[in-house]
Amino acid sequence: MAQKSDIKFLNAPQIGHQKKKYCRFKKMGIKYIDYKDPDFLSRFLNEQGKILPRRLTGNSLKYQRKVSTAIKKARQIALLPYVTDLFK
Amino acid sequence: MVFYINLLPLQSENFNINMNNYEVVFISTPVLSNEEYKNVVAKYTNFITNNGGEVTSKEDWGLRQLAYPIEKKTTGFYTLVEFSLPTENLKKLEVEFKRDENIMRFLSTRLNKYALKYNDSRRIRLSNKKEEKQEA
Repeated sequence: MAQKSDIKFLNAPQIGHQKKKYCRFKKMGIKYIDYKDPDFLSRFLNEQGKILPRRLTGNSLKYQRKVSTAIKKARQIALLPYVTDLFK
Repeated sequence: MVFYINLLPLQSENFNINMNNYEVVFISTPVLSNEEYKNVVAKYTNFITNNGGEVTSKEDWGLRQLAYPIEKKTTGFYTLVEFSLPTENLKKLEVEFKRDENIMRFLSTRLNKYALKYNDSRRIRLSNKKEEKQEA
């Protein structure tokens, strides 16, 4: 007879299983990404001020494109740096 | 079969004007005094109205730190102007910006309907913040 203490996991624990990524713009219904808001855009940059890939941010292609153009515009008017170290 | 005839192009032919909504952010040099800066902003708002446009909003961001030096300067006066202008006059405005020595950098963008909606909500948000500050 198997005792209660023997049965530990009914479902195999999912080790290393991550939450599914989603596109925050699609979910929140944001249609326009503002290039004048560097604080928001900095979420999509790494420490060196590079644009993070879709594979990390989870953006859909349509909005990743819009994010990247917004970041590039912000760089033109010196709201965001082109290259840095220890950004954030 | 039913064919719908779009009347809008005909109307615009009559007026012969293609209006569009634009937005310009420009950075003027920090060397300017307050009055000179006001003159610079007035110059461009006047230019827009004289060329058949209309200024819908104007924002001063004040003296701001630049993310990287431009013309060996680390700060600049930011100004945001939202306006409508006939399409062919935007080029004139850009030439005007390029010739001006007081302007270090500018960026003009056309606004689509989503951008217009966003800008309206942004303006409301900013005005609410101002009111809160005044009350506090």
